[in-house]
Amino acid sequence: MNIEETPLPGIGVRREVQLATGRRVGVVTHRDGHTELILSRVDDPDACAASIPLSAEEAAALGSLLGSAQLIAQLSKEQKDVAGVTTHQILIRPGSTYAGRPLGDTQMRTLTGTSIVALLRGDEVIGSPRPDQLLEVGDLVVIVGTESGLAEAAQILQSRL
Amino acid sequence: MDPTTLSLIQLGVVFFALGFLGRLAGRIGMSPVPLYLLGGLAFGHGGLVDLGGINDFAHIASEIGVILLLLMLGLEYTAHELVTGLRQSWMAGLLDLVLNMVPGIAVAFMLGWGPVGALVMAGITYSSSSGIIAKVLGDLGRLGNRETPVVLAILVIEDLAMAAYLPILTAVLAGVSFLGGLTTVGISLAVISAVLLGALRYGHIVSNVLESPDRESFLLKLLGAALLVAGFASALQVSAAVGAFLLGIAISGGTATNATRVLEPLRDLFAAMFFVLFGLNTDPRTIPPVLGVALALAVVSAATKVVTGWWAARRQGIATLGQARAGAALIARGEFSIVIAGLAVASGAVPKELAALATTYVLIMAVFGPVAARYVEPLVRLFQGKKSRGKEPEIIF
Repeated sequence: MNIEETPLPGIGVRREVQLATGRRVGVVTHRDGHTELILSRVDDPDACAASIPLSAEEAAALGSLLGSAQLIAQLSKEQKDVAGVTTHQILIRPGSTYAGRPLGDTQMRTLTGTSIVALLRGDEVIGSPRPDQLLEVGDLVVIVGTESGLAEAAQILQSRL
Repeated sequence: MDPTTLSLIQLGVVFFALGFLGRLAGRIGMSPVPLYLLGGLAFGHGGLVDLGGINDFAHIASEIGVILLLLMLGLEYTAHELVTGLRQSWMAGLLDLVLNMVPGIAVAFMLGWGPVGALVMAGITYSSSSGIIAKVLGDLGRLGNRETPVVLAILVIEDLAMAAYLPILTAVLAGVSFLGGLTTVGISLAVISAVLLGALRYGHIVSNVLESPDRESFLLKLLGAALLVAGFASALQVSAAVGAFLLGIAISGGTATNATRVLEPLRDLFAAMFFVLFGLNTDPRTIPPVLGVALALAVVSAATKVVTGWWAARRQGIATLGQARAGAALIARGEFSIVIAGLAVASGAVPKELAALATTYVLIMAVFGPVAARYVEPLVRLFQGKKSRGKEPEIIF
């Protein structure tokens, strides 16, 4: 994928991607660190239909949503050959039983037979997390397993105190 | 009353009134500069109230205001951006310079102000207000637009041109002989090149000397360095403002960002004082006679900026609408036109009417520029719509 980078003297830098449809989607990063999501117009490709200011947290959340979709797609592709196995992502919501507790406490593999293959936290990917890895609110837990195993896993991770 | 007490009260009145004017400007989404000028006009000689007690303070404060304005201008762009801008957009920059200096020069000769007046007026009509323009582009959500880098590149070159223009202006205003003038300009150009190259390679050294984890000492070091450099530059007859500008360029990276943050409130305070003093020293009664000239100059020099932006955007393969946006964005003039007029008036080498003309001109352009930038798009669409009736695009997203 070709990312076009344009310096904006005195303001910051603009990075954008030209989509297959011809639209431009990108991010303006200001010098003071805040970012803006930009999207070009259909009728006037030089101009922007939207430029949406994002806080650091919002940008990270959006990034992980987009990034995780890609990771999931990649994982699913790799497991295509194995029949009956799928990948799911489950969000640790505020008030979840396991927020702030180590991964091992969920006893996921023992109880459901599924495997936690990654944690997505902001723009960080924690691959193959160990049992002592602490879960946090907002983490996206990527799990691989059978349909029934994944349903049980979702119940465990979304159980509330 | 004790003179100090009187000064305090007068100063308080001035700042208090400026605060309200600034708020008003923020409310209606315009630059506070024209309102400060109006405030100065109202307070000044022949204006509504007379403020004689603060002249000494106002004088030194406005000097510092100019130094801080130029220091922050230097901080705005990194040496790398300046060099890249010059390399990529020098043709657009040259067109900008020629097209927009000509109206100023023509008016000066028509009014019989001679070559010195022409040089001053050329600078006034040439320099777009990077402050107003950057803000307008951000407010209108145009930072993602394709023509925006074109506009910014022109501002970068104007910035560099300032570094050459101000020493020439200072030399000419001081009435230096032709040879002496050449020497001054030679010195300053050599210094500018040295600073640019030095800042590219050794900018971190200047930054390291000034950098401090403690905000207070950082501020004092910055201000001290700026005044020192400005003072020495002035002693070498290179113009205090240019010294501060070059220091701003030499400060790089994170230090520059922090310096901008720390200096901003100080700049706002002292620059406000500068604009007020300029207004104070302009007799409001001299404005009506130059109003017609100022309006004509505004119309012509708005058109020349539009042509500049249009041409520069077209060269980058941007469509008609984007060309129009680029042109209209460049119209706004502001703080630097007043800085140039201020230097000229203070030297006494130009007639008093120049102050009145510059004030009126900047008042018009600082207000009209952002309005033009905002409404150029619907206007051009209207024209295009007439040409291709019924083909109005409905999809926006």
